[in-house]
Amino acid sequence: MSSTVAEREVVVRTVDVVKQYGEGEAAVRALNGVTCEIYTGEYLSIMGPSGSGKSTLFNMVGGLDKPNEGSVFVNSVDIAQLTPRELAFLRCHTIGYIFQTFNLITVRTALENVTLPMLFAGTPPDEAEEKAMELLTLVGLGHRYHHRPSELSGGQQQRVAIARSLANSPSIVLADEPTGNLDLKTGQEIIDLLRHLNSDRGVTIISATHDHKMLDVSDRIFHIRDGQLAKVETRAEQDALANSAA
Amino acid sequence: MKQTTFKNVDPPFWVAWNQAKASIRVRFFRQMITTAGIALGIAFFCSMQTIRVAGGPTVQSEDQLRWLVGTSLVMCLVGVTNSMLMSVTERFREIGTIKCLGASDGFIVKVFFLEALLLGVGGSATGAILGTGLMSFVQSNQGGHVTLLGSFLTALMGTVIGVVMTVCAAVAPAIQAAKMPAAAALRMDI
Repeated sequence: MSSTVAEREVVVRTVDVVKQYGEGEAAVRALNGVTCEIYTGEYLSIMGPSGSGKSTLFNMVGGLDKPNEGSVFVNSVDIAQLTPRELAFLRCHTIGYIFQTFNLITVRTALENVTLPMLFAGTPPDEAEEKAMELLTLVGLGHRYHHRPSELSGGQQQRVAIARSLANSPSIVLADEPTGNLDLKTGQEIIDLLRHLNSDRGVTIISATHDHKMLDVSDRIFHIRDGQLAKVETRAEQDALANSAA
Repeated sequence: MKQTTFKNVDPPFWVAWNQAKASIRVRFFRQMITTAGIALGIAFFCSMQTIRVAGGPTVQSEDQLRWLVGTSLVMCLVGVTNSMLMSVTERFREIGTIKCLGASDGFIVKVFFLEALLLGVGGSATGAILGTGLMSFVQSNQGGHVTLLGSFLTALMGTVIGVVMTVCAAVAPAIQAAKMPAAAALRMDI
């Protein structure tokens, strides 16, 4: 990561994003004008207390929800302008998702779970299966490809989910509290795996988290407070802080 | 900045077909209860209809019989709709997940349509044959007259009504879920 900020490619940009839930008196502004840029190849953490709008911002960036005002650009495409079909295409090709609760398709095997997004993308079945095996091997589950999620441990399920998120070689991988449902050791393994994918394969990783181990490996940290971007911390600042404290 | 181009590809039919089959196979017990609900409703309707066409020495008048058939139809409509609605709504999260993987709304509806079609045909045919067969037997023993064509038509009617109801009751909530923003579908917890 020697390149300066100025020459880095922007993969996601949000401009004055406002998201409101409910109407009239009961309306809640989950996001209140968030403007930010996310660069290709970085490992970004979004942090904030629950109810801060962290998950909402995450959903906006991932094309899972549309903003009420402002715009979200992914690869310079404005998400709000897309038809449902185009949005499905974007989710399929450009974004990979990892969830706190794993969210694998319970009725399909690990291999089928990883293959599915590729079939949606129109990849021939043989090719899709081959790549799925490759990805499962990459996350260390090559030998358990024929097991269904209910036959795998939490950590293994999350590994399958990570393999699945990489299926269509997305521009960004969104991880919503990926270690939230795992014990410390397994959580650490998942973090290491994500960090490796980030540095070895150049995958852009955006994660919502309050796991401090996760923050330690992040290039940048967005702090969200009351629906606004309160602070952006870079890795250099963090290290400096750690050093001065020590 | 990389530019995204949108070309529309839908996965081949067998992807949806396999997903529907897997969903029935893996959740077999749950799905069989749903199917039993459909079968019982249709069996009830078919047996009432058989009494009506048998014209045996029943105590009821034609009007009363019509009323019975009508009520049984409403009952089985509510029963089938209830079991299908439940089986779709408890899977909203799965729908949200599949949306995240890049499935089009059409694909999601297609999976639920196929699944309901399989369950509907299986359940309705079983129920229709059971209901019509048993009641034809009972009616014949009591001096009624049930023609083969009559019971065939009754069973056919029951099957068609059952399949249409099952598919409608599954596809309507599936369309609703498929149209939701993915985040909203994922939030649904039942």
